[in-house]
Amino acid sequence: MSRALTVAVASGKGGTGKTTVAVNLALALSAGRPVQFLDCDVEEPNARFFLAPRIEASEEVAILVPEIDESLCDRCGLCARVCAYNALAVVPQAVLVFSELCHGCGACALLCPRKAIREVPKRIGVVESGSAGPIDFRQGRLDVGQAMSPPVIRALRKTRDAARTVVIDAPPGTSCPVVESMRGSDFVLLVTEPTPFGLHDLELAAGAARELGLPRGVLINRADGGEGDARIAAFCAAEGLPVLMTIPFDRAIAEAYARGRTLVDLDAAWAGKFLDLYDALRTAAG
Amino acid sequence: MKQLVVISGKGGTGKTVLSASFAALAENAVLADVDVDASNLHLLLRPEVRERHEFFGGKKARVDEERCTACRRCLTVCRFDAISADDEGKARIDRLACEGCGLCARVCEPAAIVMEPCLSGEWFVSSTRFGPFVHARLGIAQENSGKLVTEVRKKAREIAETEGRDLLIMDGSPGIGCPVIASLSGTDLALVVTEPTPSGAHDMERIVGLARHFKIRAVCAVNKFDIHPGNAERIASWCRAEGVPLVGTVPFDAEVMACVSRGLPLVECSRGPAARSVRGIWERVREHLI
Repeated sequence: MSRALTVAVASGKGGTGKTTVAVNLALALSAGRPVQFLDCDVEEPNARFFLAPRIEASEEVAILVPEIDESLCDRCGLCARVCAYNALAVVPQAVLVFSELCHGCGACALLCPRKAIREVPKRIGVVESGSAGPIDFRQGRLDVGQAMSPPVIRALRKTRDAARTVVIDAPPGTSCPVVESMRGSDFVLLVTEPTPFGLHDLELAAGAARELGLPRGVLINRADGGEGDARIAAFCAAEGLPVLMTIPFDRAIAEAYARGRTLVDLDAAWAGKFLDLYDALRTAAG
Repeated sequence: MKQLVVISGKGGTGKTVLSASFAALAENAVLADVDVDASNLHLLLRPEVRERHEFFGGKKARVDEERCTACRRCLTVCRFDAISADDEGKARIDRLACEGCGLCARVCEPAAIVMEPCLSGEWFVSSTRFGPFVHARLGIAQENSGKLVTEVRKKAREIAETEGRDLLIMDGSPGIGCPVIASLSGTDLALVVTEPTPSGAHDMERIVGLARHFKIRAVCAVNKFDIHPGNAERIASWCRAEGVPLVGTVPFDAEVMACVSRGLPLVECSRGPAARSVRGIWERVREHLI
């Protein structure tokens, strides 16, 4: 049997159907092989509404932030000067730590000449794991009020089981959380919709995947056979991006989504279509 | 000057459609797109770019191979897995993974690592037929989107003050992380746009929680409410219980996407049911801003 792939489902624009595609792809594949699902949209993890997993374990994700031992500190100010994120400030009587700005790089603690800085873990989210039928299900969840999702995504990605076919539901956008979610995958499936918004953000997301040197393909969701579809197709042709699947616009699909139902559950024919998608992307992945 | 930000948690709920309509309805506003990651508002406002500025978000490490002695000290201190050793054991930087902390450069004894400013995007001051518009484009796969959001907001506020404009309308990004926090902090009102799906409802609860965390007043609107009236009603009762005013609902209407495809704000190009609802929402948002 051929090697199990890790497929990241991404989009640039939010709400194009990433979660729908990732969930249905995972469900279709799980009938015939071991599958793992990683919900890397840790700011808003939503796949669980459709996969209804049983969560069996939860692990905290923390970053290390500085804690000042005032009895050793002579307020020399070096820590504040070396911090690239302005997370430390020295005032006459104390050193202030703004932990929400801290990236946990450890520079302040390592360079403090008086060893007055100790690093302590600060919780920023959790990685939860469990199962959804035969699917090994994992999701990250950033705590509300925390700014930095990449460490949660990194912790989640480390739980990847390469023996399984892995489906990653990536967050929207094109910046660090998206890069972190795509990293290490074998293929990036870009989900778009035939609107000017969908096309614009597809260009950005395709660029992010290209920066990482990953093979890419496109799925057009809510296709209506109109000009928008043609524009997406033209962009893909020019970029050498294969269009691997098209899902037509259908209000019944939107309503099923609103009820928390999946496509494969709505109509068994969808399972076959998603298996075809996997075959197509495996060919495209080379 | 008052500041309004349109956010959602979940993507694709209609933030930009509402923001563009507000831009068309407001009389004396400055407009800003603070979704610098995947900005779309310019597609509806059709700006004429007047100023273009480079954005240097942070620094990235670069190795001078001549000087590198392959001691691997940098590898051991980097927390971001951004440094690996090449065949000769010399340091190699993964520029996408580097977060610019500079610790590698500080511990490098032969001083072979330099921290270089990194061009991570651009921002623009434009004019539109609805007023001045500040927007940006984060470079592909770049970080520091929060800083760029702050930059855009700063310029937009400056314009509002010099031109005596009384409102800043900002189109936000999905999620609850760093760029959203940068767009939310210090605003007068957050309009949370949601949809009657399990994801929409859940994400709304998280984003309202975030607004609360930063003590920002939030109001809510439900888009495409008739896709699932039961869920829409549940969202409405959650809002009542939590004291979040519901400023309106928008029905599913094919004209919304038709207007987006034509590159026009909904209220300018349609008189349909969705456009009428959006006008109503704007009236109530205005009342909440006073």
